[in-house]
Amino acid sequence: MRNIQVVENEIQVPINSDQDIVTARQKGRSLAITLGFSSADAILIATAISELARNIVTYARRGEVLLTTIHKSARTGIQLVARDSGPGIPDVNLALRDGFSTSGSLGLGLPGVKRLVDEFECISEVGRGTTVIARKWKL
Amino acid sequence: MEVPILKQGDFLIATVQAALTDADLLHFRTALIQQVVRCRSRGVIVDLTSLDVMDSFASRTLRDIAEMIRLRGAETVIVGIQPEVAFAMVQLGLKLENVTTALDLDEGLAHLGLKSTSGA
Repeated sequence: MRNIQVVENEIQVPINSDQDIVTARQKGRSLAITLGFSSADAILIATAISELARNIVTYARRGEVLLTTIHKSARTGIQLVARDSGPGIPDVNLALRDGFSTSGSLGLGLPGVKRLVDEFECISEVGRGTTVIARKWKL
Repeated sequence: MEVPILKQGDFLIATVQAALTDADLLHFRTALIQQVVRCRSRGVIVDLTSLDVMDSFASRTLRDIAEMIRLRGAETVIVGIQPEVAFAMVQLGLKLENVTTALDLDEGLAHLGLKSTSGA
C-alpha cells in the first residue's frame, strides 16, 4: 500500500447473496464512469468485482466489498477490497497460479481477476478469512 | 429479471435486457430449454447486446445452455457480445468454446437460416 495519499468516497456493499454480486458490480461500474474511466475499463472493474463478490458468496457465504477512490500523485484510481471471515485459502500462491482456476467450475478465478487490474494482493488465513485488494488506475 | 423468449418460425430469440443474477440465469436456462422442447426449435439465438458484465458464472451457464440445446438437436448462436465485454472475458480467461457466436441478431439469423435451408 505504497504512497496512497488520499482515500475518499468509500462505498460499502454487504455481500450475502447473488443479488448483492449484481449490486456491487453496478456500483463499481458507475463509480468508474463517474471518475472518468473508459467504458472498457469500467467493465473490467465491474467484472473483477463480480468475481471477487462471487468468491465471497461461494466460499464464505457473507462478507463485503469496499469501493474507494484513490489518488497517487496526479493519478486517480479505484480500490476494490473484498473481505470475508470465511474458511480462508490454505495456499494463496497456489490459488494465484494460472490454471488452478479460470473458467472451470472449481477454483477461485483469482489469476483472472489479477489480470483485470493493475495491482493485486490477497491475504488469507485459514479459519479467519480472506481479504483481496485490487487497484485499477485511470489511464 | 425475466429474459423474454420470442418464437420466430423454427427459431427462438432470447434477449437479455438487464443485469442478471445467478438465480435469473438458472431460471433462464430452464425456461429456454423448456421452450426449445415445446416449440421443437431448430435454432436459438441468445442476444447479449445489453449485457455489460460476463463473469465466470454467466459464461459457464451460457456454455451449459448451448450444450443442452445441442444435445437436443438444435443449435445456439450467441450474438451481440460487446467489444469491451469480449475484452474482459479474454483477460479473465473465460471461453465460450464450441458455442457459435455472431455479430448481431441479423447475422445470427442468417447463420441459422443458411443451415436450415442447406438441409444438413
